[in-house]
Amino acid sequence: MAVTVRIPTPLRKLTGNQSEIREEGGTIREVLKNLEVHYPGIGERLTDESGELRRFINIYVNEEDIRFQDGLDTKIKLGDEVSIIPAIAGGAE
Amino acid sequence: MELSEDQIERYSRHILLPEVGGKGQKRLLSSRILIIGAGGLGSPAALYLAAAGVGTIGIVDMDVVDLSNLQRQIIHTTEDLDRPKVESAREKIAGLNPDVTVTTYPFALTAANAREIVAGYDVILDGTDNFPAKFLINDLAVMTRKPLVHGGILRFVGQVLTVLPGESACYRCLFREPPPAGAVPTCSEAGVLGVIAGVIGTIQATEAIKILLEKGHLLTNRLMTYDALTTTFRPVSVRRSPKCPVCGDHPTITELIDYEQPVCTTPGI
Repeated sequence: MAVTVRIPTPLRKLTGNQSEIREEGGTIREVLKNLEVHYPGIGERLTDESGELRRFINIYVNEEDIRFQDGLDTKIKLGDEVSIIPAIAGGAE
Repeated sequence: MELSEDQIERYSRHILLPEVGGKGQKRLLSSRILIIGAGGLGSPAALYLAAAGVGTIGIVDMDVVDLSNLQRQIIHTTEDLDRPKVESAREKIAGLNPDVTVTTYPFALTAANAREIVAGYDVILDGTDNFPAKFLINDLAVMTRKPLVHGGILRFVGQVLTVLPGESACYRCLFREPPPAGAVPTCSEAGVLGVIAGVIGTIQATEAIKILLEKGHLLTNRLMTYDALTTTFRPVSVRRSPKCPVCGDHPTITELIDYEQPVCTTPGI
C-alpha cells in the first residue's frame, strides 16, 4: 500500500527536490526502509544507529505524532499522509 | 490609567474590536514583552508589538547590524550597519510609538543571566537563530512559568508554537534535545527567504497579543508549519509529554543549560 510522505526542505536534496513522495509500507518503519532504498542516505538522517527516530525529528501520521501511537511500528492505512518534521532554528542572524 | 485623546485615535482600529476595546488596549499598554533576538523574527514582531501599543518591550541581542541581515531584518536599515541591533531597534520603535518603553540587553542570553532578564515580563517571544538559545529559552519559560511564543525559520519554511508552561506542551515535549553539533551546518549555508521571517514573526506577535488579551485560541499543543513554496499552513498536534525532561512529571532538567553549538543551525542537511 502506498502512502504520501511529506519531505521537509532540509531533506529534499536527497529526494531530487520532491516535496511529496509516494512510498510503500504498512508501518512507518517499512515506509522508512523503502525510502532509504529509493533515496539512499535519507535513513540515517531520520534514525540513529539503534534504529530509533532521532530526537530532533518527529513523524506524524495525519497530524498525529507517532510517538503517541506505536512509534515506528505505527500502522498506516490507505489515504494516510505521513509528515516528517525536523526542528528548525533560524530566526535572527 | 486613562487613554489620552491621542491614544484613543492612535489605537482606534483596535478599540473598535470588541475583543480589544479600550480595556484591552489599556491592558496592552501596561504589558511587558521580552523579545529575544532582534533579527529576522524579532524585527517584524517588535514593530507590530510596538505599533500595537505594548507598553514595555525588552530586546535581547548581542550583535551589530550586518549587511547580510538587511534582506530580512526589517527593523534595521542600511544606515544602521555596524550599530548594535538593540540600539537600532530602540530608535525605530521610539519613532513608531512614543507610548512604548524599550529596555535593551546588548548581550547574549545565558543560563547565568536569563532568570534576571526575564523577571517582570509577561510574555517571551523567541526570535533567536540557534538551538542552544531555543532550548535555553524554552527551559527558562517553563521554570519561570512565563508564556512563550516559539518561532523558527529556514529556507522556505517556518514553525510556530505557543507554550503555556504547566498547561500546554513545551518545545522539549516536541523535540527533546538540540541536535548534536557537527551534523549541523550553518544557516548561512542553507539560506532563508527573507519574507518567511515576516510571516512567522508576525504570527508570533499575534500570539503574544492574544496571550496578553486572553482572547481566541492559542497555538498551544499545535505546531503550525508554513511552507512558502506550496503556500501551505499545516498544524501538527503536539502533546505535553509526562516524560518531558523539563515540564514532565519527573523533570531531570532543573537548572538552565548553556549548550555549546555553532549558531544558526539546522539538523539533517
